Amino acid sequence: MPHYELTAHALHEKLKARDITAVELTESVYSRVAAVEPHVKGYLTLTRERALQQASAADAGFQKGDEMPSLAGIPIAIKDVICTKGVRTTCASKILSNFVPPYDATVMEKLHQQGIVMLGKTNMDEFAMGSSTENSAYQVTHNPWALETIPGGSSGGSAAVVAADAAVCSLGSDTGGSIRQPAALCGVVGMKPTYGRVSRYGLIAFASSLDQIGPFSKDVTDCALLLNAICGRDAMDSTSVDVPVPDFTKSLINDVKGLKIGVPKEYFAQGLEAEVSDTVHAAIAVLESLGASVEEISLPHTEYAIATYYIIAPAEASANLARYDGVRYGYRTENPSDLLTMYKKTRSEGFGQEVKRRIMLGTFALSAGYQDAYYKKAQKARTLIKSDFDAAFQEVDVIATPTSPTPAFKIGERTADPLQMYLSDVMTTPASHAGLPGISIPCGFVKRGLPVGLQLLAAPFAEERLLRVAYTFEQNTEHHRQKPNLRVEL
Amino acid sequence: MQKYETVIGLEIHAELCTESKLFCHCAYTFGAAANDCTCPICLGMPGTLPVINKNAVAFAVRAGLAMDCDITSYSKFDRKNYFYPDLPKNYQISQYDLPLCQNGQVTFDFNGERRTVALRRIHLEEDTGKSVHAEVTGDATRSFMDFNRAGVPLLEIVSEPEIHSPEEAIAYCRAVKEILEYIGVSDCNMEEGSLRCEPNLSLRPMGSQQLGTRTEIKNKNSFQELLDAMQYEVQRQARILDEGGEVIQETLLFDASTGKTAAMRGKEEADDYRYFPEPDLVHVQINADWLTEIQPTLPELPAARRERFIADYSISAENAEFLTATRHLADFFDEAVQCGSEPTACANWIMGDVSRLLNAAEMDIQDAKVTPAHLSELIQLINDATISGKIAKSVLDDAFETGKMPKDIVKEKGLSQITDTSEIEAIVLQVVEAHPGPAQDYRDGKKKAIGFLVGQVMRATRGKANPQLVNQILTRVLSEE
Repeated sequence: MPHYELTAHALHEKLKARDITAVELTESVYSRVAAVEPHVKGYLTLTRERALQQASAADAGFQKGDEMPSLAGIPIAIKDVICTKGVRTTCASKILSNFVPPYDATVMEKLHQQGIVMLGKTNMDEFAMGSSTENSAYQVTHNPWALETIPGGSSGGSAAVVAADAAVCSLGSDTGGSIRQPAALCGVVGMKPTYGRVSRYGLIAFASSLDQIGPFSKDVTDCALLLNAICGRDAMDSTSVDVPVPDFTKSLINDVKGLKIGVPKEYFAQGLEAEVSDTVHAAIAVLESLGASVEEISLPHTEYAIATYYIIAPAEASANLARYDGVRYGYRTENPSDLLTMYKKTRSEGFGQEVKRRIMLGTFALSAGYQDAYYKKAQKARTLIKSDFDAAFQEVDVIATPTSPTPAFKIGERTADPLQMYLSDVMTTPASHAGLPGISIPCGFVKRGLPVGLQLLAAPFAEERLLRVAYTFEQNTEHHRQKPNLRVEL
Repeated sequence: MQKYETVIGLEIHAELCTESKLFCHCAYTFGAAANDCTCPICLGMPGTLPVINKNAVAFAVRAGLAMDCDITSYSKFDRKNYFYPDLPKNYQISQYDLPLCQNGQVTFDFNGERRTVALRRIHLEEDTGKSVHAEVTGDATRSFMDFNRAGVPLLEIVSEPEIHSPEEAIAYCRAVKEILEYIGVSDCNMEEGSLRCEPNLSLRPMGSQQLGTRTEIKNKNSFQELLDAMQYEVQRQARILDEGGEVIQETLLFDASTGKTAAMRGKEEADDYRYFPEPDLVHVQINADWLTEIQPTLPELPAARRERFIADYSISAENAEFLTATRHLADFFDEAVQCGSEPTACANWIMGDVSRLLNAAEMDIQDAKVTPAHLSELIQLINDATISGKIAKSVLDDAFETGKMPKDIVKEKGLSQITDTSEIEAIVLQVVEAHPGPAQDYRDGKKKAIGFLVGQVMRATRGKANPQLVNQILTRVLSEE
């Protein structure tokens, strides 16, 4: 098996044993990138020179026989919404086309402390607004499982490059499902940690009360390793929570006996593709056969999650994106005649259609005379959605649902119909409202060969429980070992 | 009889003198090179997040306690959305419905009467940057931004509209300024913009309970300009109402060069700031323990201090006003009295010669080399007749210059008074002999002539002779002959 196909934990053993060097590994992954990128188009920026320097540094450590962190020398891709010092960070937007942050996001500092190798920055929906990565100002990313389909979004690039073995693992961000949904559609593991578990400092904000950084990986063990690296309270982010960070690899236990799994009936309703439903039910049956007990539960306010999400997230975004005005950094229109013209033209030319739509939606929802009917009402609905989960977790340990109502859809299929696109997030937004941790793991395929994801949700800060269930499922199935048949010339 | 009643409310913005800004670690220095006091956070760079400066909250709480406010146990920050180039994020982190302090009051003397103005609220927000316009480059189409001030903690103090003249409004502003300076939360320098008073002003027919349409006035750098602006605005509104017109609710800028107010450029639409809770910050919880910690660190406030000076030290109201003008001056007076000096003498010296020296040197009392111990020792030297009042003035000049103690100066320069009567008598006899004319004048009944002779004796002793002894001896010598 070529090095680029391996997991981080397998590679760590090889690096430690000096079977390979980090430089060789990095070269191996870049050769794969060169082969698949013309088809997948998952990267916006590659940082080869830096990566090889980082790899050499890791090799020096291994050479000396130092005790090296698990992610030392591991080539990792970063979603282009996370600020990387000295490396262009665009949010896949024209308005940040020339933006080079003079600072690292806290997660980047943490990863660099581990000695990772950063491969480059991955494509996404502009400002993380979208479910297909088609809203990028730069390129459309293709799903490695079927190049004519989308990889999901907004972290489509980060999911696709892991699925295509063009990165060992990656970081994404999840606001309403932007890690879990593309993980499901690309057949990889993706986790959104509890809101407050990972610092948001340096994560370019879409919706501050929902945004959370999380990992993509080829298996659950790598997911645990990445969580170990990025979690923890950060003095730079007031909303990060001061709870102890466990060693998540300790949760990799192949046993779910006695565990109670709740299956919410509202998630198996209209709009769910039959094959997806069957695949997910089969996966839940596997867990049951391994000793978990399964019961149907109800989360009665689920139907309001999408409407609520498309008020709260745009409302926060309308303020978060106000700073892109051409005054201090980023794109500025040429030769504006006056201040107002500069604002209007800079923003009209710099933002894409979906971003403009959401800024307008959010501005409207916060406006005098409408705020009570929209923003404040949505906050109340959010509380109700959260109470549903609070009640459910009194009864069950974990909730299992499909991650997405459909597998990957065709490029261009939903771009003309924003509402249809928004419904891609119907399974993922409820947990976002409640700030819950959620993981999507590969659980099978529909007949046309596209992967299906199983979403597991737990109470706040119960990531360990999710990892245990996901790991048990993975140890007893083979879905995660499947590779897309990317017919590319190497 | 007056036709209209003036109704004024005030919004006062005061920059807090915390070591760092409200949401980042930057220190702000007035006059620093443009954009030197900035970081990614106060520049609103993508992905950066604010973190509340606990000290700024403590300063706001101090101000709230000093102005009799209820301190909210649960408070939060909100985003106030509007586009302006000096606002890095195009929203200001401010406080909307849960300000830190509510329902306070400020008491002050106005026209010999005790007045109390109720406060609606005091809240904390971040200051904006500054636009620097064309004169720098000569190219009128360009503006530059200086974000040094962006993110400096700003206290907004909102009064109820219950002030009834421009003069009273000034007295209120002075009282607020005094309190903020006393409790050490702001340097309140109007010229540097660390204190900004924005009145809203309306007129109503005398006896009416309903408020008229108000205008807000911005852009004043001194109390004089503020007063001029309000007086002009009272006249302007009265003229409109007299003519049967309607006052338009708008924000006005005062132009000190013309002495007139004018509407801010562009028509103001109804402001919609789309306030909503700041999701990047957690709420602020103020527990009672913290308040009990802060309360005793508050100094005695100016009004209370004035009353104590009048009651305990028998100082006149007018002098008490002078002595409490700044906290440092009042501290100086208090300490000098505590060193054992007689309060009236202390007050006279501080208001007289000490102030004269400070003014000449353009210096504040806290920066002077003369301390309360100096003053107290000086007064002691006069009281025990070691030096005369006149010599004392020169000793003070010297101490002000060098910081030396008065006793040491007197000793070094040999300034002790001559109290030996035989020594004085010898000099008196010499003087009378040398100036027979004035001596004869005195004997002929022109009693004033003695002044010249006293002067000559003092001159001969270089001011060191005890003036009373000189007088006694001269009188005796002249009548004997």
